[in-house]
Amino acid sequence: MAEPATAHAQHPHNGAGHDHAHHDEGFFKKYLWSTDHKMIAFQYLFTGMLMAIIGGYFAYAFRMQLAYPGASVPGYGTVSPADYLMLVTNHGTIMIFWVAMPVLIAAFGNYLIPLMIGCDDMVFPRLNRLSYQIFLLSAIILIASFFVPNGGFSGAWTAYPPLSSQAAYHLTPWGASLWVLAVALEFVAFLMGGINFVTTVMNSRAPGMTPLRIPMVIWMIVIASILFMASVGPLVAGAVLLLFDQVLGTHVYDPNHGGDPLLWQHLFWFFGHPEVYVVLLPAMGVVAEVITVFARKKLFAYKTVLYTAIATGIISFFVWAHHQFVAGIDPRMANIFTVTTLIISIPIAEMVFVYLATLIGGSIRFTTPMLWALGFLGAFLVGGVTGIFLGSSGSDIYFHDTYFVVAHFHFTFFPIAFIGSFAAITYWFPKMFGRMMNETLGKIHFWGTIIPVNGIFLPLFIAGLAGDHRRIYSYMNFPDSAKPFLQDLRIMATVSLCVLIAFQFVFLYNFIVSLLRGPKADKNPWNANTLEWTAESPPPHGNFAEMPSVHRGPYEYGAPGRDQDFWPQNAAN
Amino acid sequence: MQKPIATTRSMAGLPTGRLAVWWVIASEIVIFGGLLVSYIMHRLGHPEWGGYASHTNTWAGAFNTLVLLSSSLSAVLAHQAAERGDGKKAALLLRLTCLGGATFLGVKALEWSHEIRQGFVLSTNGFWSFYYTAAGLHALHVIAGMIIMLIVSRDASKGRELQRVELIGIYWHFVDIVWIFLFPLLYIAK
Repeated sequence: MAEPATAHAQHPHNGAGHDHAHHDEGFFKKYLWSTDHKMIAFQYLFTGMLMAIIGGYFAYAFRMQLAYPGASVPGYGTVSPADYLMLVTNHGTIMIFWVAMPVLIAAFGNYLIPLMIGCDDMVFPRLNRLSYQIFLLSAIILIASFFVPNGGFSGAWTAYPPLSSQAAYHLTPWGASLWVLAVALEFVAFLMGGINFVTTVMNSRAPGMTPLRIPMVIWMIVIASILFMASVGPLVAGAVLLLFDQVLGTHVYDPNHGGDPLLWQHLFWFFGHPEVYVVLLPAMGVVAEVITVFARKKLFAYKTVLYTAIATGIISFFVWAHHQFVAGIDPRMANIFTVTTLIISIPIAEMVFVYLATLIGGSIRFTTPMLWALGFLGAFLVGGVTGIFLGSSGSDIYFHDTYFVVAHFHFTFFPIAFIGSFAAITYWFPKMFGRMMNETLGKIHFWGTIIPVNGIFLPLFIAGLAGDHRRIYSYMNFPDSAKPFLQDLRIMATVSLCVLIAFQFVFLYNFIVSLLRGPKADKNPWNANTLEWTAESPPPHGNFAEMPSVHRGPYEYGAPGRDQDFWPQNAAN
Repeated sequence: MQKPIATTRSMAGLPTGRLAVWWVIASEIVIFGGLLVSYIMHRLGHPEWGGYASHTNTWAGAFNTLVLLSSSLSAVLAHQAAERGDGKKAALLLRLTCLGGATFLGVKALEWSHEIRQGFVLSTNGFWSFYYTAAGLHALHVIAGMIIMLIVSRDASKGRELQRVELIGIYWHFVDIVWIFLFPLLYIAK
């Protein structure tokens, strides 16, 4: 368990030596073939940001079609019905699998785990590199699928068979198979990454970093990785079978030949619902770090957050069929899944309460990351509360497949994938790039994001309550849906989306300019306790000039009898 | 590439490699678990699949079970030799294990070609879809295990990375156990 003395002797880890070694490396080796966890984190981060731009562009195109049916969309052209289906399908796919996953788990998992537990890299650096390369390949295959004959997959991101399994229905044979292949490869990449994450945290913590001294975000990433590993397997097998159905003429999901389309729904949601918590928990972890630092207070109940996160993870395996209340499952099963679904809101609510209790009596500093963290709690609360309506089978029968569902899961996923990521990026930016971001632009970006998000999805709740079905190309074809007040809601959502997108350029500008010319950040600009802030900004290859050892928990703020209000984890006293 | 300090630590009290192999196996269990549970649910809903299963060759399957289980014995002996530091013997025993894997695949190839000649292919019906998918996925694991074993035995014969002999052994036992589930489900239940 203790550090072998020889390890230090064999691997001198002083920053200067490594800097020198790095100058000798070529561009390719340094940026594209690196085994350094920080560089791999950047690869994931930038790939995820690029994919977010594509996913956002798709959302823009189909939302314009919904608000102004048949009109030519500036920057896209006319959206045909086939285009519409492809855009919606791939918007969902990209945002969940190629944005939320790589940015929250892969990028920040890779960046933070070794730095926050106090070691120099992942336990398997080359496996880490391979994981990104497979992820990149999956992204390239997905993007390529938009350009094959008949275009990208059009069978919705949940890919329910027989729609997804037979080209006669989805009309995109190439796109569908490439989609399945890309998703399966993406899963493989994250399985490799997850094994690396869990093993690293279990085995490579700095001396003194006992389990209850591990920063919450690391716990959350570990729990999320285990959830992913335990839930994705059946879907990998299911995806192979779906591919066989598409390409080799098997009939596993085809009811006309003895197959069972519900099987896919079970496999998909057995993964799909834990997946919500796979991305939620890391975002919750980020919020825990940010809130404690900027409230200058100890996390209100560390163990409670930890145990509720574990409980959430376990319960998340028993809720999946709440996606299938109207799929013809046994009503007695619907009762059971209603109960489990309502139960899972308890630990999540508990977590939110702990964060609120942390704020009470703190000396709160409203920096940009703190605004994002608080915004996360508010927005996610709306998503969580509306989830109760959908988790109850009785009301779900009415709400199912309406815009109420769309608004609900965007109020969960937008806070997770974007608000959580912005909190993380703005908080760790000084560490990652050694420079400070502009606070004023950051706050403009925050308000320019949080207001339009509500402008997009609050109207959609109302549209959904009024019965707007979610998979409609043009509501003008249906007299009941073409009423002006409903169309006004759709236009409001689309206009809000355009405002939201416009404000993201503020972020991109701030990100790039700060990266190049921002004021230099010192080691610990936020006066935080966790180990990453004791390394240089940005940390050199090998991270720490001297490998740290840990003496206390991560949230010792405002301890009495000290000159400073923070107490770094590695400080001897 | 130098090994990072991270790789040499073992805070959880287990060597890093062994810990990681257990996680690999955990993730593999859910892959095969999902596939086999899907198969069992289908099978329960389709009593006629028993008739299709009667075309599989139980004796070939039983022989393969015997071969695969015996090959695990040499994997264990290889581990024992590696513990003693006898890399040469460990390498030899690992190659013997590979021979078992190769025999298994050879029998499998004969079985499959016989069945395909009889007209039972992947798309014939649900049973054969699962039969070829599950056994095929398992065979891919056998092939992967053999490739890794050959690499490990090459290093072990030079006395390098002897701890890997144990790791590949753990994986090989897992491949065995999967087959112990597949054999009754695909061959015996008729």
